[in-house]
Amino acid sequence: MSEAVSTAAKGRARGAGRPGPIRLLLNNTLAASGLVLLVLIIAAALLAPLLPLPDPDATAPADRLLRPLTEGHLLGTDALGRDILSRLVWGTRVSLAVGISATLIAAFFGSLIGLVAGYAGGRVDAFLMRGIDMVMAFPYILLALAIVAALGPGLLNALYAIAVVNIPFFARNIRGITIGLSRREFVDAARLSGKSNAGILFGEILPNVLPVIIITMSTTIGWMILETAGLSFLGLGAQPPQADLGSMLGEGRKILFTAPHVSIIPGLMIFALVMSINLLGDGVRDVLDPRLKSGALTRPVARTAVERRTVPETRTHGDSVLEVADLNTEFHIGGDVYRAVGGIDLHLKQGECLGIVGESGSGKSVTAMSLMGLVPTPPGRITGGAAWLDGEDLFAVSDERIRALRGADVSHVFQDPLSTLHPLFTIGDQLTEAIMAHRPIRRSEADARAEELLRLVRITNPAERLKVYPHELSGGMRQRVCIAMALANDAKIIIADEPTTALDVTVQAQILSLMDTLRRESNAAILFITHDFGVVSAVCDRVAVMYAGRIVETGTTEEVLNAPAHPYTRKLIDCVPVLGEPGRRLDAIEGRPPVVNDLPPGCAFAARCPRVKPDCRRGHIALSSLGDTQAVRCLYPLTGETADD
Amino acid sequence: MAAYIAKRLLAAIPVLFGLSIIVFLIMAMIPGDPATAILGSYATPENVARINADLGLDKPLPQQYLIWLGNLLQGDLGRSYALNRPVLDEVLERFSATLILAGTALVLCSILGLLAGVVSAVRQYGLADKVITVLVLIGISIPSFWLGLLLILAFAVKIRLFPASGMYAIYGGGDLPDLLHHLFLPALTLAVVATGVIARLTRTAMLEVLRQDYIRTARAKGLSERRVIYRHAFKAALVSVIPVIGIQAGFVLGGAVYIETVFQWPGIGSMLVNAISTRDLLLVQGGVLVVAAAYVLFNLAADVVQTLLDPRLR
Repeated sequence: MSEAVSTAAKGRARGAGRPGPIRLLLNNTLAASGLVLLVLIIAAALLAPLLPLPDPDATAPADRLLRPLTEGHLLGTDALGRDILSRLVWGTRVSLAVGISATLIAAFFGSLIGLVAGYAGGRVDAFLMRGIDMVMAFPYILLALAIVAALGPGLLNALYAIAVVNIPFFARNIRGITIGLSRREFVDAARLSGKSNAGILFGEILPNVLPVIIITMSTTIGWMILETAGLSFLGLGAQPPQADLGSMLGEGRKILFTAPHVSIIPGLMIFALVMSINLLGDGVRDVLDPRLKSGALTRPVARTAVERRTVPETRTHGDSVLEVADLNTEFHIGGDVYRAVGGIDLHLKQGECLGIVGESGSGKSVTAMSLMGLVPTPPGRITGGAAWLDGEDLFAVSDERIRALRGADVSHVFQDPLSTLHPLFTIGDQLTEAIMAHRPIRRSEADARAEELLRLVRITNPAERLKVYPHELSGGMRQRVCIAMALANDAKIIIADEPTTALDVTVQAQILSLMDTLRRESNAAILFITHDFGVVSAVCDRVAVMYAGRIVETGTTEEVLNAPAHPYTRKLIDCVPVLGEPGRRLDAIEGRPPVVNDLPPGCAFAARCPRVKPDCRRGHIALSSLGDTQAVRCLYPLTGETADD
Repeated sequence: MAAYIAKRLLAAIPVLFGLSIIVFLIMAMIPGDPATAILGSYATPENVARINADLGLDKPLPQQYLIWLGNLLQGDLGRSYALNRPVLDEVLERFSATLILAGTALVLCSILGLLAGVVSAVRQYGLADKVITVLVLIGISIPSFWLGLLLILAFAVKIRLFPASGMYAIYGGGDLPDLLHHLFLPALTLAVVATGVIARLTRTAMLEVLRQDYIRTARAKGLSERRVIYRHAFKAALVSVIPVIGIQAGFVLGGAVYIETVFQWPGIGSMLVNAISTRDLLLVQGGVLVVAAAYVLFNLAADVVQTLLDPRLR
């Protein structure tokens, strides 16, 4: 006990910054308690010869079946008058030894098969894995029974049987990892340097596979102890006078009704042992599995959390369907706060198309997804601002109201139509669902409406297409379906988040012209998110350029395209290839956008700006008007001249 | 779809062949002389020779296998010397009892496991999630044979709610209510481990699915959260849990060995344990083969269900 506590204290004292793996493990209460329990059990089993215990095999017919807490026999005695506590400790020793040996044997042969199969590939792999598949085709315990039947009952035979049936788990896991590793550069390098296959396999690959072997061991050892105990329980493992926990339980079972403690106590011990190993194993896996460590498996809730520190009172654009004022959206990851959106103002009139442009990570998608609460929480939350849809503050209304507005007044078209359509439902199912979520109509009417929608987005044979699944359509077709879905309930606003980015260039043009036509027919406003100024020029009336969570320039598409005022806008426009000008330099913008958890003071673009001056790095820079509609957040805006460098 | 099922059935044939080879080899590699084992103290040289000829043990191994396989395909698994009846008759009779027990347990663990996993994922980090996580840990760590004994002590001895053993009451009974009464405790015990495994995987699968883009689409359409979770997310999660349920069928069939022994259920598991003790190896061979074949079919069924759910696999 004191040993475990002192390790825990050391773990806590160490590392003020990043928690090390040991500390992570000990922070996990369940894993830590498993560790303590396991250490206690192992210590007792190791120290058995030194502990003041009576001979576990000494029979005393006069003292048979004494209850627990009897003088001299803390846990009572069994049918032959043997001390149960002593037998328990010695039995645990046997069970542990058998479980660990079986695990080592299975790990050794399983990993060897996995390594060789994964590294050799081809016929060797096929042969070995077919064999493994055969073994796995047996119900687990049944194969062990068959082996014991063949070898005859006995503890050692039970050990072999359990080891053999566990080999496939190791072989499969290790093979998978080995296949991945043997295609890596360091293996090629070793091969070129003339190392032998065996040398590469055991010198280069094995060290990288070792953690996986250990994880697999930690997850299977509990099972193996349980299963060997089971075989002993059935009378097929340990034979008297030898005793493990399972055989003690099996013997006790015969007198279950008269002296239940004789069977309950060893069973409890098996349970405690397996439980402690599983607790620890889960903890180890959580620490070593990076996916779990980053908290990636946290489920987003139905609507983004709203915790506003500031709420703007007044609307300035009374005629707009949508007005956004001082929107702030943050991501809280670990102890860091990422200000993905840091105070955005937008407005959108009926039938208008506003483009939001910026690089990945500029906060344009987060801005768009914030409006209807579609930013995942955790880790996202809206921390300030307001978004009025026809005067109704979207961040103040109830969850039910947001649900009613989603897909009805405000609909969405997302980037990758393959991942945004549900793979297991037909197009028809998904379309009618979108319709019926907002209208109390019958399925047959909804079907008719869905067919009409597909026709609207220029899909031929709409009645047939309703019955197909998303994977049976081309990318362009899928995106048309998504657009149809966004049109299902005559939305006032369509939020299109990079709707053409995942598509081929020719398909892109079709989708863009389709959206433009539909917008004019339905008079819906579109908020169009893109990184591509070419796309902006095709569909948008106005444009807002975002950088590091803020708008750096806004204006009509014409103004911004013809006379970009912000150096960043200029760079973005230069990224668009122009047909017939092959000689033009296609500049990627040097450097990367800043990380939004630690923005520098002043202009966020300063570090990448060719025109940067010392005062650019100081204080807040406001968005200043350049005319009626154009505005820029720059101290030294470009003024028509080609000031590239 | 029919073509797919036919294809899967054909693919199962080599697996069944492989199983038969493994079972045959395990039994053929038994050290010592089966004839002597069978005859015990009657093992005169003539008797041994006669039994060996009788069993075909005087022929080379591949030939022995082919003869054995030929008999197998005609439904002849040999004769149990201890029971003095054809192995196939005994095995099928016992297997029907196991199928009732394991089938019930499989239905139980699927329903309970899926339910617990979904609740756990939906209430992630909430009280229900924590309680379920602890229960799942206990479920996958507890020795089922010990749990069975505890349940017998609690529900058959202390409060006499359920019988401690057997499949039907000895006097009277024999009808369905009687069967269910006897079935409850063993089926529940047998289901515990698999329930834990399924619950755990369902939770992970649900959490994985709930992060997908198509869930965001479902929410963006304005669907109720209930519909998002129970229709959109659950169906997708189910696709990855179904094969696990197929694998659990193997653990349930194997675990039946313990449970049938604890509850004296007249199934194939308790038959196997007895047959191993009495060295009735033909009975062991027949029993293992039939259960393994059943497991292959279970997995096949899981494959087919998965394909029905997921159009991408067709």
